Amino acid sequence: MTLDLVIQQLVNGLIVGSFYALIALGYSMVFGVIKLLNFAHGDIYMSGAFVGLIVFSFVGVWVGNGWLGVVCALLVSMLAVGLLGVVIERFAYRPMRNAPRLSILITALGASMVLNGSALALTGGRHFAFNTDLGFAGLDVSAVHITYTQIVLVAASILLMAGMQAFVSRTMYGKAMRAVSIDMGASRLMGIDVDRVIALTFFMGSALAAGGGVMAGAYYGSVHFFMGFIMGLKAFTAAVIGGIGSVPGAMLGGLLLGLLEAYGSSLPFVGSEWRDVFVFGALILFLVFKPTGLLGRSVVERV
Amino acid sequence: MSDGASTLSAAPQPPLVRRSFLLWALAALACALALPHFANAYVTEVATTALLYVVLCLGLNIVVGYAGLLDLGYAAFFAVGAYTTGILTSEFGFNFWLTIPVAMAAACLAGIIIGAPTLRLRSDYLAIVTLGFGEIVRIIARNLDITGGASGLVGIERPEILGFKLMQVQHFYYAFLALALLAVFVCLSVERSRMGRAWFYVRYDEDAAAGIGINRVSAKLQAYMMGAVIASVAGCLYAAKMTAISPESFTFNQSLLILLGVVLGGMGRIPGVVLGAILVALLPEVLRGAGTYRPLVTAVALLAIMLFRPNGLWPDKRG
Amino acid sequence: MALLEVRDLRLSFGGLKVLQDISFSVEKGAINSLIGPNGAGKTSLFNCLTGFYKPKGGSIRLGGRPITGLPPHRITALGLARTFQNIRLFKEMSVLENAMSGQHCRSRHGIVSAILHLPSQRREEDRIRAAGMRWLDFVGIAEHAHRLAGGLSYGDQRRLELARALASTPEIILLDEPAAGLNEREKLDLVHLIRRIRDETGVTVLLIEHDMGLVMQVSEKIVVFDYGQKIADGTPEAVRADPKVIEAYLGTED
Ligand SMILES: Nc1ncnc2c1ncn2[C@@H]1O[C@H](COP(=O)(O)OP(=O)(O)OP(=O)(O)O)[C@@H](O)[C@H]1O
Ligand SMILES: [Mg+2]
Repeated sequence: MTLDLVIQQLVNGLIVGSFYALIALGYSMVFGVIKLLNFAHGDIYMSGAFVGLIVFSFVGVWVGNGWLGVVCALLVSMLAVGLLGVVIERFAYRPMRNAPRLSILITALGASMVLNGSALALTGGRHFAFNTDLGFAGLDVSAVHITYTQIVLVAASILLMAGMQAFVSRTMYGKAMRAVSIDMGASRLMGIDVDRVIALTFFMGSALAAGGGVMAGAYYGSVHFFMGFIMGLKAFTAAVIGGIGSVPGAMLGGLLLGLLEAYGSSLPFVGSEWRDVFVFGALILFLVFKPTGLLGRSVVERV
Repeated sequence: MSDGASTLSAAPQPPLVRRSFLLWALAALACALALPHFANAYVTEVATTALLYVVLCLGLNIVVGYAGLLDLGYAAFFAVGAYTTGILTSEFGFNFWLTIPVAMAAACLAGIIIGAPTLRLRSDYLAIVTLGFGEIVRIIARNLDITGGASGLVGIERPEILGFKLMQVQHFYYAFLALALLAVFVCLSVERSRMGRAWFYVRYDEDAAAGIGINRVSAKLQAYMMGAVIASVAGCLYAAKMTAISPESFTFNQSLLILLGVVLGGMGRIPGVVLGAILVALLPEVLRGAGTYRPLVTAVALLAIMLFRPNGLWPDKRG
Repeated sequence: MALLEVRDLRLSFGGLKVLQDISFSVEKGAINSLIGPNGAGKTSLFNCLTGFYKPKGGSIRLGGRPITGLPPHRITALGLARTFQNIRLFKEMSVLENAMSGQHCRSRHGIVSAILHLPSQRREEDRIRAAGMRWLDFVGIAEHAHRLAGGLSYGDQRRLELARALASTPEIILLDEPAAGLNEREKLDLVHLIRRIRDETGVTVLLIEHDMGLVMQVSEKIVVFDYGQKIADGTPEAVRADPKVIEAYLGTED
């Protein structure tokens, strides 16, 4: 690999990685609080991208297709899809909270399929262009051109995640979230409104995924009903690598996975069609050798 | 206490099929046997698909319904069987019947590779890993030369029995009926055996099962592998029937349909699963005009069942 | 040689030292008890003995054989059975199927012989059923064999847990608060049953219990825990008179 390629893949890896990290963070937060893998998370990301695109096309009429439009799309989509997450929790997951694990998992799967199926039915399975004119101005490092857009995207994801970390570690609600994740029953006895904390967690996790969806849509310029499937799988991998349930772990896992994928698929003997196989191999290796991930702590289940 | 024991130990083993149910089962079998004589080719074709789903759903039911493991990549094992038959007959000139044991061995091996590392972890992890595995198998099938890439394999040899070549829809209908009956018999036998009970113990309370002396990882692995083997055999016969297979028959959606069949009728119960499988096979026929709405209907069905009838349409009277 | 020998057992969760250098032993054929205030670490000790928790240090021997760190199913197969503090039955299965589960580690036929309906497999099934029935009869709930376990009364569920553990033909059985939630009449029956377990089947019993009357009545030796430490170990009379025990239960004035 030449130095240029190394730098180029570093940039690519960081961008993809910050998307992964945003989605992984939501996975991890929801998992932390209700110990449920929210299968619908990838589809929430996809919904975020679509809502963002709709908003973008509307406001574009007034503010143009530049940064302002993207920011509007981002904020509205995060809010709307955050609420969607709350609705899903209320109607699909809450009734199942005391059901056997297997039933909860299948319900979560059902919720995911309903989102995905609705998107397919509404869009007819077409790709939609997300045409921005953010431009290609940027910096040149050696022979690699890094656009300002790329820098802003990575910075924005890091900002969102840092905000989330601050929220979880500094605020009262964050404290309640951590309490519920350690012991739901005891938290209820201590007067914490557990249902509200869970709803809030879904809101925030979904909003982050939606943010990731809008940014990814704007960056790649296209949105598709199936975009959440592989993303869900990869974000889960990122969350496992970082240590599921851990906020910094999700960020680290996302960035690492992005880099791994970027460098892995540029190796001469693995073409890009094998990229997903590569990621999946990493997942299995982690599950076998370090199931608690890099930053997760091991928990002994009470018997 | 030995006094009481001698009279009590006479408690007999229950029969494979309850007597009250036997009559219904025989009537259903008679209808199934007679069907091709009354039905046209289209109906026979749909019925054959239904029987294929009966086999697949019974196989997945061992994993999901008995052992309580969520497998989201079950179609991968179906693919392992279909591609084994496809490759061995068309590339290496194997006899169809010889490909079945090879496919079973391949499915076992794949089951161990995926199951051994993940079955000791939380059940949610298994769900995602199997989902990933399903995708990987499809990606591999799409990108290798020996599997024919995206267009798949064509010209797969049709099987012969005692000099009689299976050709027509009816022939395959009976072949699948035989396989489905075999699957029902196998499931009935295993369900009420030591290993079958162990799966239920693990499904209902893993810790209690371990505490009572059951090796939970081994029990789960055996369920997972047995499910894999059943799917692979179904795959072999499917390849022979279609004579052409492509990666698109083994997608995530296929896995979801099989899972829907298991959940719809009632997880863990053979009559429920058979009913669910038949419904799932009829679904595309009923929804012929629905086009892109089809996955949504499947999804809503799954979610509605879980929320409103978690024990399925035909639940166990006991439960 | 003692049947169960625990030496310097240590366990902690994060900074919390749940067990600190615990040593004691249980003689073959004894009925012993483990007592201590809530959170003293009694259940955690059982979980170490049965392989659910991995101790940080120390050793456990069963009949002279080290079992430290083995997985639960191996330990059960070696002859150590248990019940759970919060009843853990297979509620959706029949009472008989619950009792039969104990025989799993005493039988061997697998999937293939079940499919082939081998005669030896049929015989083994008969044996497993008979054993299940025998233990249901032993604890006195044989007439409920074909009901769902979840439908039994609370007291009968506790009995079924006992039957299930006994069906694994253990050398020693660990009972975690078997009298919790029972009324006085049922507690009397339980005392009787615990004695029958030892006298009629020769199984050694170690129980955790909060009901002092019951403990003093059945046990030959009592081990007392407080905050993860063993504070006393001896006959009921000796333990009752021990100032450290009185302090742990009643607290001190200052
Ligand atoms: N898996 C676990 N993870 C973290 N802490 C645990 C775990 N299991 C037990 N503990 C802690 O260990 C301590 C001892 O608990 P244990 O259940 O052994 O007490 P106990 O003596 O059985 O109490 P009780 O009489 O209330 O049943 C408690 O502080 C408990 O919170
Ligand atoms: Mg306890």
